[in-house]
Amino acid sequence: MTSSQIEVLLQTLISGLLLGGLYALIGIGMTLIMGVMKIINLAHGELMMVGMYVAFVLFSSFHVDPYLSVFVAVPVLFILGVLLQKFLINPVLKVEAIIPENQVILTVGIGMVLANVATIIFTSDYKSTPVEYATKAWYLSDIWKETPIELSLSMPWSVSFLLAIIITVLLWFFLTKTDMGKSIRATAQDKDAALLMGVNVERLRVFTFGLGSALVGAAGCLLLPIYYLYPDLGGQFTLIAFVITILGGLGSTVGAIIGGIILGIFESLTSTYVGMGWAPVGRFVIFVAALIFFPGGIVAILKRKRFGK
Amino acid sequence: MLDILNIDVFYDDVQVIWGVSFSVKKGEVVALIGANGAGKSTILKTISGLVSPRNGEIRFEGRPIHVVEPHRLVEAGVVHVPEARRLFVEMTVEENLDMGSLKGEAKKRRQQSKEMVFEIFPRLRERRRQAAGTLSGGEQQMVAIGRGLMSRPTLMMFDEPSLGLAPILVKEIFNIIKRIKDEGTTVLIVEQNVKQTLLISDRAYVLETGRIVLEGSGASVLNNEHVRTAYLGV
Repeated sequence: MTSSQIEVLLQTLISGLLLGGLYALIGIGMTLIMGVMKIINLAHGELMMVGMYVAFVLFSSFHVDPYLSVFVAVPVLFILGVLLQKFLINPVLKVEAIIPENQVILTVGIGMVLANVATIIFTSDYKSTPVEYATKAWYLSDIWKETPIELSLSMPWSVSFLLAIIITVLLWFFLTKTDMGKSIRATAQDKDAALLMGVNVERLRVFTFGLGSALVGAAGCLLLPIYYLYPDLGGQFTLIAFVITILGGLGSTVGAIIGGIILGIFESLTSTYVGMGWAPVGRFVIFVAALIFFPGGIVAILKRKRFGK
Repeated sequence: MLDILNIDVFYDDVQVIWGVSFSVKKGEVVALIGANGAGKSTILKTISGLVSPRNGEIRFEGRPIHVVEPHRLVEAGVVHVPEARRLFVEMTVEENLDMGSLKGEAKKRRQQSKEMVFEIFPRLRERRRQAAGTLSGGEQQMVAIGRGLMSRPTLMMFDEPSLGLAPILVKEIFNIIKRIKDEGTTVLIVEQNVKQTLLISDRAYVLETGRIVLEGSGASVLNNEHVRTAYLGV
């Protein structure tokens, strides 16, 4: 390999990792909801789109930095998630229907409504937030003069990645150190046993949907400085979150983190070595491969190791 | 303390419990025995609210509890140690115990209760940071009982605590249940291990196809001709 080939490979892996960190945050929200409610929330990407528009409005009207708008988008999306769960999804969960998965179909409808409302308010134009640091980057040659290869680290990508990690760590503390967090994990593992322990499962579902929405809303704010925005962008991110959830092993947060990073790196490799437009194809290849070869996802592989089977 | 008054329970359109009534008095160990499918577990699930009775009433300390949301029962002092243990297998032993003490007084006394559980089951102290799913069957049953004790119950309901355990562990589990009773907790136990159960029971009810067919003191049920031929094979 020549040094320029190594340079391209390393640069590709770096951008893949940075992308993967954001993907992980997007996937975790869906995974939490999946764990507690056993349904795939197909409005997940649309909720992220809402978070992005919240940040966009704050930026264009009040010049609030998209990173700061996390503090607004998180509570807004939490409340939106709580309302959706309480007034739309919970009532449907209780109804005995011919189609067993009609809550999932309901989330598709919620996603459509959100996308269309956004189109009415913001039109279908592509928007972006021209933050002044958008093209700033750090170069390896700045710190190491005689470096044989040149690598760069985009500033907004790196900041987004770091914030995604911080949010994930905070979430981890919440899930392992608080009673509410433990109850979420317990309910995901055995709903009836959690009920017998005194967990108010119905209220927990509402909270978890709010939490999952808040997380993906935060991810939206982190994505805004490095991406463009239009009302229909939700669908592709729902798909990404879905692939990560399957790849991670339904309902496992650790699996979702690893799954997000694998997907980010794989997409980055496909777009460098196959072609820009092929990244979504790479996504599907991973998805199908996971379904065929690792039906339990990453978490099943980790478990096999731990139990020595 | 606990009064079951003439309950009928259905799974969809199939009636599985037919007009069952019985009571548990404070400080007693009461056993519900019967074959597989007799409806024993269903009765416990009905008491703890996972299943609703179509007719009849369930009263705990005089208050109707069949209309109360199931998650409020723990706070009232009733805890159900479910069949097959139903641990949170991916959480540690300690986290499982925490889950038993989520509310009110139990939460305040969490550390103290944990010490008590570790004193009863020293093996759990060694394994406190291990995922519950990696424990042996006997240890898992200990976690399930410990998790129940964490809520500081006044009535503890056990669903087949000896299921799938080696004879020596079965003996240990029954000794623990006796100890729980001696420390003042009322016990309702559902078992297929008829002899061992009756030996520690003050009173027992025999359930067949969803109806109570026999009741009496532990000793009298143990000596009953029907019980001896149908359940003990002697």
